[in-house]
Amino acid sequence: MAMLEVKDLEVCYGVIRAIKGISFEVNEGEIVTLIGANGAGKTTTMQSVMGLIPIKHGTVTYEGKDITKTPCHKLIGLGMAQVPEGRRVFQELTVYENLLMGAFSRKDKKEIKDDIESIYEKFPRLSERRNQIAGTLSGGEQQMLAMGRAMMSRPKLLMLDEPSMGLSPLLVDQVFDIIKEFHKSGTTILLVEQNAGKSLAISDRAYVLENGEIAFSGTGKELMESEDIKKAYLGG
Amino acid sequence: MSILFDGLSLGAIYALIALGYTMVYGIAKMLNFAHGDIIMVGAYAFYVALISSGHMALGIVVAVIFCTVMGMVVEKVAYKPLRGASPLAVLITAIGVSYLLQSISQLVFGADPKVVTIPSLGTVSLLGASISVSSIITLLIGAVIMAGLTVFVKKTRTGRAMVAVSEDKGAAMLMGINVDKIITITFAIGSALAACASVFYLMQIPSVEPTLGSMPGIKAFTAAVIGGIGSIPGAMIGGVLLGVIEKICLSIPVLSPYTTAVEFSLLIVILLVRPIGILGKKRREKV
Repeated sequence: MAMLEVKDLEVCYGVIRAIKGISFEVNEGEIVTLIGANGAGKTTTMQSVMGLIPIKHGTVTYEGKDITKTPCHKLIGLGMAQVPEGRRVFQELTVYENLLMGAFSRKDKKEIKDDIESIYEKFPRLSERRNQIAGTLSGGEQQMLAMGRAMMSRPKLLMLDEPSMGLSPLLVDQVFDIIKEFHKSGTTILLVEQNAGKSLAISDRAYVLENGEIAFSGTGKELMESEDIKKAYLGG
Repeated sequence: MSILFDGLSLGAIYALIALGYTMVYGIAKMLNFAHGDIIMVGAYAFYVALISSGHMALGIVVAVIFCTVMGMVVEKVAYKPLRGASPLAVLITAIGVSYLLQSISQLVFGADPKVVTIPSLGTVSLLGASISVSSIITLLIGAVIMAGLTVFVKKTRTGRAMVAVSEDKGAAMLMGINVDKIITITFAIGSALAACASVFYLMQIPSVEPTLGSMPGIKAFTAAVIGGIGSIPGAMIGGVLLGVIEKICLSIPVLSPYTTAVEFSLLIVILLVRPIGILGKKRREKV
């Protein structure tokens, strides 16, 4: 049984059908990527899975439980977390307070403290700036904070929406390294990316989203070698 | 000296009310124009409890509880179904709630002002000036409440959640925050503060009528905008500033008939010079 199963998902903005009945699944322990161009519906898919925008038709199942209509805040307690597009750290709160917010659904105070320490170990920059207001961090640091914050809920399934967006090549490499590390420590990953090359390289499986429909799917390797994908997404 | 004290204590009253406007605006992104009428509801609740029991303290407790519940009910019945509707629809609804509350109290209590007999607390002399004890009490308790609120918002889990919701609702949901619950709590706190303000207000002007909330409501709203709507310290500063200016104007014979005009002129000047208010923040466009 898949950890996350999306079936015939349809999402509309007014009369416009943004997502036209897509199905995909993520199995426990996998890294799965949705790639696609701007406006293909990647972020819409991610937000509707988390209950942030209403689903017109179709079902979302997580660990065998129908969560199509479950409000977002309840999903966090079930072990789902998402790093939203554009990072969206709380600008007015400090780095430390942002990490604390990530653990909002948890009650185990002592372990929360330990987890924050281990995030600081992983991201020394955040440790140096722990009492700084998050709005003053650079884009890369904010992305690290957003990822650290999402991990604070100890998710079983971590979804990342374009974590490499707007970052320098060096930072992009770092982001993908961190994703691999999270995965190694036992977190299942659903990744949405425009950077097809990097994301396919670390993915077990991938889906290609085009105009609200799934155009191709396969293992990361298969898609990387497919001529169509190469032409459209890998620049060659 | 005594003018300054009276001004500060009136300012504390405005600040307590302004906090309700500013917190609700910050978190639910709406202007709750019925907030002033919560003061009136609190004043009637205090009046009824006082004449039936004779205890001032009991009156305060009843007013606070009644207003808190009322604020939550109004939010649930009138505003929650409009979540995501156009801001104009919510605004009109708030004005409707305001008239509804006024009409209900007119039905129940009649239109004539009711006199609330609060035992006079007298005056004390401080540095050669005689200052009314009720002003001092208002100022002290007001300061304690505001300090408590500041600590609550900065240091507690719920308080931080309120900051998070006011900044980014979607991201707050992704943290596992129940945004609806936070909005309800905000209305509850705002209404409880308004209830405290209503009792202090009655200590200055001991009479209740259905339109009691209009003027302090509008003044406090002005204070919230002057201070920067959405900002908690801004509401406190705006409230105190407006209270002091009001009392100073009232004490100058030439100016006193124009007191209200002076206050609203200040609003206009502030809006011209700094449209976001003293402590308001520019909302960064998120990309």
